[in-house]
Amino acid sequence: MECYFDNGATTKVFPEVKDIMVEVMEVEYGNPSSMHMKGFYAEKYVKDATNIIAKSLKANPKEIVFTSGGTESNNMALIGSAMANKRRGEHIISSRIEHASVYNPLFYLEDQGFEVTYLPVDEHGVVSLDALKEALRDDTILVSIMYVNNEIGALQPIEEIGKIVKAKNPQIVFHVDAIQGYGKYQINPKKAGIDLMSVSGHKIHGPKGIGFLYIKDKTKINPLILGGGQQKNMRSGTENVPGIAGLGKAAELIYKNHGEKMAYIKALKDSFIEQVLTIEDVKNNSGVAPHIASISFKGVRSEVLLHALEERGIYVSSGSACSSNHPAISGTLQAIGLGKEYLDSTLRFSFSIYNTKEQVDYTIEALKELLPMLRRFTRR
Amino acid sequence: MEYKAFLIKYAEIGIKGNNRYMFENALVKQMKFAFKGVGKFTVRKQSGRVFAEAQGEFDFDEAVAALKTVFGITGICPVLIDENKDIEHLGKICGDYMKEEHPDAKTFKVFAKRADKRIPLNSMELAAEMGGYVLDAVPGIKVDVHNPEVKLTVEVRDKVYIYSKVIPGPGGMPIGTNGKAMLCLSGGIDSPVAGWMIAKRGVRIDATYFHAPPYTSERAKQKVVDLAKKVARYAGPINLHIVNFTDIQLAIYEKCPHDELTIIMRRYMMKIAEHFAKQQDCLALITGESIGQVASQTIHNLAITNEVCELPVFRPCIGMDKQEIVDIAEEIDTYETSILPFEDCCTIFVAKHPVTKGDLSRIKKSERALDDVIDDLMKAAIESTEIMYVKPE
Repeated sequence: MECYFDNGATTKVFPEVKDIMVEVMEVEYGNPSSMHMKGFYAEKYVKDATNIIAKSLKANPKEIVFTSGGTESNNMALIGSAMANKRRGEHIISSRIEHASVYNPLFYLEDQGFEVTYLPVDEHGVVSLDALKEALRDDTILVSIMYVNNEIGALQPIEEIGKIVKAKNPQIVFHVDAIQGYGKYQINPKKAGIDLMSVSGHKIHGPKGIGFLYIKDKTKINPLILGGGQQKNMRSGTENVPGIAGLGKAAELIYKNHGEKMAYIKALKDSFIEQVLTIEDVKNNSGVAPHIASISFKGVRSEVLLHALEERGIYVSSGSACSSNHPAISGTLQAIGLGKEYLDSTLRFSFSIYNTKEQVDYTIEALKELLPMLRRFTRR
Repeated sequence: MEYKAFLIKYAEIGIKGNNRYMFENALVKQMKFAFKGVGKFTVRKQSGRVFAEAQGEFDFDEAVAALKTVFGITGICPVLIDENKDIEHLGKICGDYMKEEHPDAKTFKVFAKRADKRIPLNSMELAAEMGGYVLDAVPGIKVDVHNPEVKLTVEVRDKVYIYSKVIPGPGGMPIGTNGKAMLCLSGGIDSPVAGWMIAKRGVRIDATYFHAPPYTSERAKQKVVDLAKKVARYAGPINLHIVNFTDIQLAIYEKCPHDELTIIMRRYMMKIAEHFAKQQDCLALITGESIGQVASQTIHNLAITNEVCELPVFRPCIGMDKQEIVDIAEEIDTYETSILPFEDCCTIFVAKHPVTKGDLSRIKKSERALDDVIDDLMKAAIESTEIMYVKPE
């Protein structure tokens, strides 16, 4: 049985997404900037996708800028807004559980003279609001906090953070990396005080190589990619029309019967966690997000367990993404204070609507068989 | 300058007496193999040399790079070919050639060979005549018959061949002239280099790789396949034996002293590699070992590993420093692949303090703990081995 439990890494595209992309590539392959009909028809796909996405966020279509994906969206949001607001101050606030595509732009900004405060999190991976209040300063220009943490699925109190930030100073730009949040939650950026929000296509059964940045009207931000002035000068380069059409279709589908879909995924996750905790020396680090389970298996190296599961057709991620070499940052699992004996023994199981209860049960059986064997042979 | 052919120089194979034709044939075969994908070339033996002549478009740098993978070649001379044997015409060609290829040369000498006797001048006269044209064409150049900076050769045969430059080749002997050996290929830096060094002496290569799923990953295996492909550019196609070593490793881990684990493991690896070596008609084993590089490669432990083998074990890196090995790895383009960070089965269960001065009788005593399982485990490992025919890309 094949069990793809790595939907936090990427997802299988919806068949309808593939169909619309093929349609664009085969039939409406024009350049949206072309003045003739072929360009006009291609542009329609872009407009349709923009409208679907805007509607899903209760936003205005002109607030959507397509990018090459989550990483570019985060880069543009952080560097673009820091540079545009530099005259007001050089202080930025973020957290200790962000993704590398947030950290590395922040490190870059530190090199450029900006100062960044990294907020701590509690044992559930949730950013401390008190710490945020303390960290906010008169020269703070940007706050960047992720919606759902990618390693453990911790949901952040985005609305509260938005309120605190805007109460301090409405001019502070609030960026949210919603790459693991969009498609899982109904997000209303305006209500949450969000100015910039990053989204990736391939986490919601859309194609890879496409994403968008929500930019609230009148937000001060500079483009990163300069060229022919497409997308109102905010992101030059011929639009990735098949990707955009695919992303629009994926957004449309993921938000159709959304409550049911999320309840289904959440039930899989809950069932998995409930069963896995009956195994000895297993620890649950999962946050509340419906699709991510982070589980530590004491006495087994995550990489070995990952490959052992792989042999049985079960695909997961190793839990720790501690790739940072920055002193303030040590990876989510360390940030939540996970014990040393668990750090290198953590796997992430992430679910989608394509998973089934049978797959969950099969995986639990596999774990029950493999763990005693693997625990017998560990580094002495 | 548009070169259409290469004259290939070889040294060692020229002195192999009656076997000479065999060596030359192997060289020609390997050159044809190397030219695949570069373009259409005819490769032929001619009066004690090998000529490769292009039969269509090709990229010069690509062709030279291909020839540099052919062992046995000591020099690669790009050759200008002309069919017009008129003396005045040839003089102009020689002048133009020197002006373009050696504009700053101070001295030169012309070597002429006249195989086509219909030419009115003899070899000496032809050389003098061509020298005159060169003196006129290249300002400031002088003739130096004793120690010339540029040696310009003009050969008049079926066509006219003009050359002066020698690009160094890899040396060694053509693949296939010295039998076959079994390389113990890991994902590291040393073993591909060792395989390359032995292949350089004309030895064809097969390889054995040990993996230990789930302790090693599919990517680690792919890395070894990629390394084999790179070695195969020089050595020709390789039969890569991929042995699942997990159960043997776990048995050793459970039953033998932990500090002897690596040595015992390597002894069984050598036994399995030797089994496949014999099956593939290999006459020797090759490893990338180098004295003292790691605990299992102290002279004591090498001797203990060696003890299980009947075939000779070649260790061409034995006296080399790591940096010397790395230099070769970079030259043959295996280094970047070798340093990809995937765990291999030697590093997975290493003891904190492995034995560095192993004692053979103690090791043998330790191995006795495996007596009741090892034959079955070895048999299973050998029977489940996957053999992959790896060709260069």
